Amino acid sequence: MIRLSERAWGYVFAGPAFVLVSLIALAPIAAALWLSLRQQLPIFGIDEFVGLGNYLQLWGDDRFWAACRTTLYFTTLSVSAELLLGFGFALLLNHLSDGAGKGLRWAHVMIILPWAIPTVVSAQIWAWLYQPDYGLLNYLLVVAGLTEGAIDWLADPDWAIHAAVVMDVWKTTPFAALLLLAGLKTVPQELYAAARVDGAGAWEQFRRITLPMLMPVVVIVLVFRTMDAVRVFDAVFVLTGGGPGNSTETLSIYAYKTLFQTLQFGYGSALATAMFVLAALLSMLYLALLRRHVQGSA
Amino acid sequence: MAEVRIELIEKRIGQKTILPPLTLTVHDGEFFVLVGPSGCGKSTLLSLLAGLDQPTAGRILFDGVDVTDLEPRERDVALVFQSYALYPHMTVRENMAFPLTVVPRAKRLDRKRIEEEVERVAGFLGLSALLDRRPRELSGGQRQRVALGRALIRKPRLFLLDEPLSNLDAQLRASMRAELLRLHKELKVTTIYVTHDQTEAMTLGDRLVVLNQGRVQQIGRPHDIYAAPANLFVAGFMGYPPMNLLSARLGADSIRAGPLDLTRPPGMPPVDQAQSVTVGLRPEDLVVRPANGPGDEGNGLGVVRLTEPSGPTLWVTVELNDLNNEAFTIIGTAQAGFVPKIGERVAVSAPRTTLHLFDPTTEQRWGAG
Amino acid sequence: MGRHDDQGRFMMNRLRTRGLTVCVLVVVGLFCLGPVLWQAVTSVKPDQDLVRLPPLFPERVTSVHYDRVLLKSSLPRSLANSMIVATSATVTAIVVGAFCAFALARLPITGKSVILGVALVTSMFPPIAVISPLYLLMRELGLRDTLVAVGLTHAVYSLPLAVWLLTSFFQQLPKELYQAARIDGCTPLQALLTVIFPLARPGLAVAALLVFIFSWNEFMFALTLTASDATRTAPVAVALFPGLYEIPWGDLAAASLVVTLPVAGLALGFQRHIIAGLTAGSVKG
Repeated sequence: MIRLSERAWGYVFAGPAFVLVSLIALAPIAAALWLSLRQQLPIFGIDEFVGLGNYLQLWGDDRFWAACRTTLYFTTLSVSAELLLGFGFALLLNHLSDGAGKGLRWAHVMIILPWAIPTVVSAQIWAWLYQPDYGLLNYLLVVAGLTEGAIDWLADPDWAIHAAVVMDVWKTTPFAALLLLAGLKTVPQELYAAARVDGAGAWEQFRRITLPMLMPVVVIVLVFRTMDAVRVFDAVFVLTGGGPGNSTETLSIYAYKTLFQTLQFGYGSALATAMFVLAALLSMLYLALLRRHVQGSA
Repeated sequence: MAEVRIELIEKRIGQKTILPPLTLTVHDGEFFVLVGPSGCGKSTLLSLLAGLDQPTAGRILFDGVDVTDLEPRERDVALVFQSYALYPHMTVRENMAFPLTVVPRAKRLDRKRIEEEVERVAGFLGLSALLDRRPRELSGGQRQRVALGRALIRKPRLFLLDEPLSNLDAQLRASMRAELLRLHKELKVTTIYVTHDQTEAMTLGDRLVVLNQGRVQQIGRPHDIYAAPANLFVAGFMGYPPMNLLSARLGADSIRAGPLDLTRPPGMPPVDQAQSVTVGLRPEDLVVRPANGPGDEGNGLGVVRLTEPSGPTLWVTVELNDLNNEAFTIIGTAQAGFVPKIGERVAVSAPRTTLHLFDPTTEQRWGAG
Repeated sequence: MGRHDDQGRFMMNRLRTRGLTVCVLVVVGLFCLGPVLWQAVTSVKPDQDLVRLPPLFPERVTSVHYDRVLLKSSLPRSLANSMIVATSATVTAIVVGAFCAFALARLPITGKSVILGVALVTSMFPPIAVISPLYLLMRELGLRDTLVAVGLTHAVYSLPLAVWLLTSFFQQLPKELYQAARIDGCTPLQALLTVIFPLARPGLAVAALLVFIFSWNEFMFALTLTASDATRTAPVAVALFPGLYEIPWGDLAAASLVVTLPVAGLALGFQRHIIAGLTAGSVKG
């Protein structure tokens, strides 16, 4: 009979996960980092080590900086809108839940739908809403008297990125609202009672109790959403394909095109690595803010 | 049945010592109690005995065989947890049969025999009517019995109990204590019982060990420990209400213990003049009487601050002043038939023979070497 | 009279609360469901109604788009592919993840922080970066353009989430239950199979739901690792929806609803579990 120590069993149990992750995730990540130091252009038979050459090229690449700006613009706009809107929803729903439990159930049912829908599908749904001639959006705007002619949302470089932001906000606000709502539920009701006794009004209660108590959840929402927004691919890719021009080309889409349309594996990998650094920097920034907040309130 | 020897067992996690080296022998068939305040290392010791945890150093021997490196399943021990740890997704029957169903197929009893064993143990514990219930449908006392049944069914060599009664109410606790003693008498399995409750330790154990911060304070039969606590910790921990401890000066033929003037116990060896000692007086040995008798002052006079009736005895907290007018409170027993009122002046007297003397620096029993 | 007043005020208050509830629900509902409902309306409009607005709602509904999508396209094939991929990814991730999570939660292994760090990096690294090496790897393994490649990739990339959820779930089970099983004579494997996993069924279900939904919806890996109708998953089929000259909006609407149906069903049916899973940890800690 096999005799294993408790610790050995632990390694046996963790082993398969470790092997799979090493093979399918870690090895490709390492390979990507290695590729980013090479120049690979299979069509010309070029494959050589160039050190940081790709990164230097990145530094002078206007299209890269434009993609950076687009990504950050998209991220800032959609994440802050999601957070504000999510907060609003969460407060409304939390208010609901005081009285009618049934209302909250219905709200949960509705709110989980955009989250569950495949991103690709939501992009197609919105593409149809944005359709210039028979799209619902233009029709409603004209009926409401807000615009006169039809706006071609996805073909206009100024509108297209915002159209993508709206779609993303629709798709992911529920996630933010769900987390914030769960956070609101953990704030002890006695705190509000105590604050009322101390003479705090509704706004004071929100500013001095709700907001600080919810800060950790807010940061988590920010981290999750920022990570996803910085890496955004399917939503924008299906909605606009990066166009018109390169007006909606995010870093992911630029990397995808570099890798699979021009087959520059080395340069594309360098682009992707730069994205990872950007995402990591942003989340470290958030965590630093959270730590300062926690220390400040302790 | 087994004799358990613990040799210099030690547990450290990193730099932190959980259990300093400890040596202990539990005799075959004995009911042995580990007692001490929480954090004294008694639960760690139990985990080490069960094989749930590995010691940093030292050996554990069952009947002279080293089991230190054996897995729990190879040690043939049973453990009753404080929380009972009944499997919530199984019925009482399945819970009790569980230890018999997980042994390797070659050694497993057939299903009918297992069923018979469950019925037998259930009958023994009065659980026959509850076999098809789930743990959450049982009362605390019933859960306790199921946990015992699950432990007993395998006829283990060693029976470990981790504070098994602490989740029960007082009345149930008393009856379960009697039940445990009955079980032990019939089965004669070596039993190690962990508790923080000194009353439980006194009533249950053939022998007991008092632990504090992982160190053995005293090992012995309950009465011996009660009659002669080895040090100040044991003196204060064993017995309720706790022993009165007063620092005192030991004179040629008298002892001045704070506000009390005591007589030297007979047969006490002579000592150097004016030595410091700590005097321990059990509340049940201190008699509180009315102070109105002329010249009858006992060993000191004081004022009643609190009375606590407790069945046959009435505990009286008395405040007395020493020569420097410093206030002391001690607990004594009201003389039979005397019901003191709060604020009443009373006399306190201590018999000569039941003084406990301790060295104030080493905290050991005085004269114990 | 005072009593009547009180009753009246009570009724008014109740009505007002009820009214407020309805208002909030309508606002939230329009935001969340509006676009989907419009897609549903679109999917039953006859072709001639698609190229004019108004009317908002068709006078006559048609099932022609559903007929085309379900009977005359490769969408059923893609749906079957998605079902196979998502199911196998879920089973793999949960089985592998549950054992790993238990080791992390309860067993004395060293390097737990390394494992958690690996999980973090894996889930933070942009998928786009690993796609070309992953593609080459799958080609080397002879798995190019197979469902196995997609399923395996989905399983691995959802492992961090599964392990993370299950670890916290196992930590919530009293550790005495595992110890009791060990004392009662179980090997660690027996203890897991007979005691821990049956008790962790709710947690396993939550993790399985989230992995399934992730896998069903995933687009980028599925897009790059597959190359033919035979292996294409449903989201890829919707993204690359064939249109000769114009986008067939009606067919597309029908297809998107059909593709959404399984996950929407799961999400609605198990919304309480999913919400518990999504918010676990992020709110407590």
